Amino acid sequence: MGLIYALNGVYFAAFLFLTSLGLNIILGVMGILNLAHGSLYAIGGFVAAFLVGLMAQSSLPVMVLVSVLGAVAVAGVAGFVLETTLIKHMYRRALEYQLLITFGILLLIEDLIKLVFGGESRYASAPYDAMGSLDIMGHTYSVYFLFVMAVAGAAGLFIWWLMVRTRLGIMLRAIEMDREMAQAMGIPMRSLTIAAFMLGSAFAGLAGALVVPTTPAVMGMGMDPLIMAFIVVVIGGLGSMKGAFLGSLIVGLTRSFTIAYFAELEMPLLFLIAVVILVIRPEGLFGQK
Amino acid sequence: MKKYILNARAVCYAVALIVLLALPRLVTPYHLTLMESGLSLAIMALGLNLLLRYTGVLSFGHGAYFAAGAYAVGLLYMYLPDHFSFENAMLASLLVSAIISALFGLVCVRHTRVFFSILTLALSMLLFAVLEKAYHFTGGSDGIRIPIPTFFGYEFEGMRRFQFLCGPYYYIVVGIFAISSLVMLAIVNSPFGKALQSTRDNETRAEMIGVRVKRFRLYAFIISGTFSGLSGGVWSFVNGHITPEICNWVFSGEVVYMVLLGGFMIFEGPIVGAVAFTYLRLYAVAMTEYWMLIIGATLIFLVLALPGGITGGIFSLINRLKPKSA
Amino acid sequence: MLQVQQLQKSFGRFMVISDATFSVEKNEVVALLGPNGAGKTTLVNLISGHLRPDSGKILLDDRDITTAPAHVRIAMGIARNFQITQLFEELSVLDNVRNCIFSKERKSGRFFKPAGAYKGEKEEAMSILQTFNLDQFALDLAGALSEGDKKILDTAMAFALKAKFLLLDEPTSGVATSDKFKVMDTIISAIQKQGTATLIIEHDMDIVAEYTDRVMVLAEGRILADGAASEVMENKEVKETLFGVSD
Repeated sequence: MGLIYALNGVYFAAFLFLTSLGLNIILGVMGILNLAHGSLYAIGGFVAAFLVGLMAQSSLPVMVLVSVLGAVAVAGVAGFVLETTLIKHMYRRALEYQLLITFGILLLIEDLIKLVFGGESRYASAPYDAMGSLDIMGHTYSVYFLFVMAVAGAAGLFIWWLMVRTRLGIMLRAIEMDREMAQAMGIPMRSLTIAAFMLGSAFAGLAGALVVPTTPAVMGMGMDPLIMAFIVVVIGGLGSMKGAFLGSLIVGLTRSFTIAYFAELEMPLLFLIAVVILVIRPEGLFGQK
Repeated sequence: MKKYILNARAVCYAVALIVLLALPRLVTPYHLTLMESGLSLAIMALGLNLLLRYTGVLSFGHGAYFAAGAYAVGLLYMYLPDHFSFENAMLASLLVSAIISALFGLVCVRHTRVFFSILTLALSMLLFAVLEKAYHFTGGSDGIRIPIPTFFGYEFEGMRRFQFLCGPYYYIVVGIFAISSLVMLAIVNSPFGKALQSTRDNETRAEMIGVRVKRFRLYAFIISGTFSGLSGGVWSFVNGHITPEICNWVFSGEVVYMVLLGGFMIFEGPIVGAVAFTYLRLYAVAMTEYWMLIIGATLIFLVLALPGGITGGIFSLINRLKPKSA
Repeated sequence: MLQVQQLQKSFGRFMVISDATFSVEKNEVVALLGPNGAGKTTLVNLISGHLRPDSGKILLDDRDITTAPAHVRIAMGIARNFQITQLFEELSVLDNVRNCIFSKERKSGRFFKPAGAYKGEKEEAMSILQTFNLDQFALDLAGALSEGDKKILDTAMAFALKAKFLLLDEPTSGVATSDKFKVMDTIISAIQKQGTATLIIEHDMDIVAEYTDRVMVLAEGRILADGAASEVMENKEVKETLFGVSD
C-alpha cells in the first residue's frame, strides 16, 4: 500500500512540477510574480475538457494528442496576448503594480472562462477511462496516472535540454543571471521575454490539460495550483530546476501520505513545511540568495 | 501653507461627520445599510493602506484578519452565548485578529516584497481552508448566523433586525468608523508613521539611522491586521451572517481594489474607495453575472491609466485648475 | 576612540583588506586616501557593520564591536553617509533629518502624537538644516533637490545622529567645485563643535590639506602611511601609489 501512496505522491508532484516550472521561468527571467498563472492552468483545463468532448468518437491517442496540444497552444497564445498587451507596461513600474495588474488579469480570465465555457463543471474522463489500469504488486493502478508522470518527466527533460543545449535557453539563463549584462550583450530582450512568458504559460496550460481527465474543470480551479506552485518554488528555491523537481516531490509525497492518514491535515502540514523552510533557509533548498 | 491644509481637512471631516449623522433623515433605510457596509469595510481599507502606502508592502491576504475578527464574534456567540454583548464581541475581534496578524506577520515580514505579497495570500488561503474544513467547530461553508447583541447590558427588546440596523447600529458604526479613522490619522502622522515611510523609501538608509525595518514592518502589519479584524467584527452585525468566503482570495483582492479605486496616495482615499466599491459592486452584480470581469477590467484600467484612483484624479484636477501659487 | 586592529577581509579569493591597523581619536579629522578599488569603501562598510571582517578587531571606546550588527553600532554612536546618496526621497527634507533625530532618541516607535508636535526635535532639525544651508528646502521633498544638495542632506543626516564616530564617504563628490569649500567648512565646523571623531574618504587633495588633521593611505589592502598630511605626501611609496610618480 505504501508503494501506491508513493506513486500517488509522484503523480501529484508531476502537476506541481509542471506548474512551478512555468512560474519559475516567468519569475526568474522576467522578475514578475504572475498571479494569473493559475488562470492559465484553468484555461488549459477547460480547453482540454472541451476538446475531449469534441473528440469523443476518436481513438485514444488522437483524443489525448489533440486535447493536450490544443490546450497548450491556447495557453501559450493567451500568454502571448497578455504579455504584449498588458504585462509589458509593468516592467518599469513598481512591483505592487505588477501584482495588481496580474491580479486584475486573474479576475478577468476567471469570468472570461465563464463567458466562453459556461459556468458549469466540465467532465473529460474519457482518456482516463480508456487507458485502463495496471496491476502493481497486487493493487490496481490507473495507467493514466503513469502517463501523466511520464509526460511531466518528458517536459522536465525538454526544459533541461532547452536551457542547457539550445541558444534560446542559454540566452534566457543569461537574462536570468544579469539582466543588464544580457541587454548590453545584444540579446533580443523583447522577443525572449515574450518567449519566456509563453513558455511558462504553456506549461501551466499543460498541467491543467492533464488534470481534467481525473477531476472536472471547475470555476476557480487555478487557485490552489497557484499557491501550491508557489510553495514548491519557496521550498525548492527560486530559479532552480533541481529545486522545482525536488520541491515538487517533497510536496507531492507529503500531500499523498497525509491524505492517506490524516486527511484534515493536508494543507496545514504543507504550509507548515513551507514556513519552516522559509524560517531556516529563506532562499529555499537550491536557491541563490 | 501646511496650516491651511490642516484646517481644510478638519473642516471637511467636520462636514462629513455631520452629513453622516444626518443621513438617516435624508436617505432610505436601504442606503443606510449600504453605508454601514461601506464604512465598516473602510476601516479595513485604511488598515491595508497603512501597509501599502506608508510601509510600501502589498498584502493580498487581508481577508484573513477580517475573517479573524468576524469569526471571533461568531464563535463567541456559538460558544459563550451568555457573554454575547457588543463590547465583548469587539474585544474578541480585536484580540483574535491581533494574534493572527502577529503570527502571520512574523512569517511574512522577513521577506522581500514579492514573496511577502504571495505569502500573505497563501496564509489567508490556509485560514480559509481551516474555516471551511472545521465544520463542527466553525459551521464550515454554512457559516454562522450573527444575531443582535446586547449593548452594555441594554437589550434591544423586540427590535427587528432591520430596525436595529437603521436605528442605533448605524450610529454605532459611524462612531467606530470615526474613531478608527482618527486613530489611523494619528498613527500615520506620528514619528512611527514617519519611520515607516522611511523604511518604504529606503530600507538601507532606514537601518543605517537605527530604524529596525523588519520590526517596524511587523508592528505595521499587526496594526493593519487589527484594524481589519475590527472591520470584520463590525461588519458581521451588518451582514448578520458570516461564511469562510470572507477569507478567500476574491475578497482579499476586493479590498486591494477598493484602496486602489479610492486612491492609495491620499489618506482618505481608501475610505472613498470602500464606499464607492460597495455601490459599484451592487450595480455591477445587478447588471451582469460577470462582475468579476468588470472588477478585473477596471482594476487593470486603474493600474495603467489612473494609479491615483478617484482621489488622485480629483487632486490632479484641482492642481491643474488652481493658479500657480507665488 | 575607534581602534581597528589587523582587520582582514576577502571576497572569494580576492583579499581586499589584508591588514588594516589604525585608530581615530576624539576631535580628530582623518582623511583616508587611496587609489580606486583599494578597498576604502569596504573598510567603511566593515566599520559601520555592513560587512563582517574575516579576522581582526574593531573597538569603539575600548568595547569590542567586531561582531556587533549594524543597528547596535549605530546605537553605540557610529554614523555614516553613503557614496551614492541614500535619502528618503518621498519625505520632506525636514522629515529626513528629523527621522534621524527621532531614531537617535529612540522615539521612532511613538505613534500617538503627530511628529510635528515634537517641538524640540523640530527645532533641532531646523537648526541642523540651517547649519548646512538647507533650511529653505525644509518642506520640499528630498527627491526634488539638486544632486549637490542631496549630497549635503545625506551628510546632514549622518550628522544629525550625533555620532561619536562619523564615517564620511566622499562628502563633496557631486558638489560643484565652487561650493566644495563652503560645504566642507560647514561640515568641519559642525564636527568640531561636537568633537566627533571623523574618518573621511576624499580624493580632492586641496580639501584634504585644508581640513584634515591626519592622513592615511590605503593601498593593496594595507595602510601604507599614516601621519600629518605634509609628511605623508612626501612619502615615496605614497607618491607612486597615488600619483604614479616614481623618482
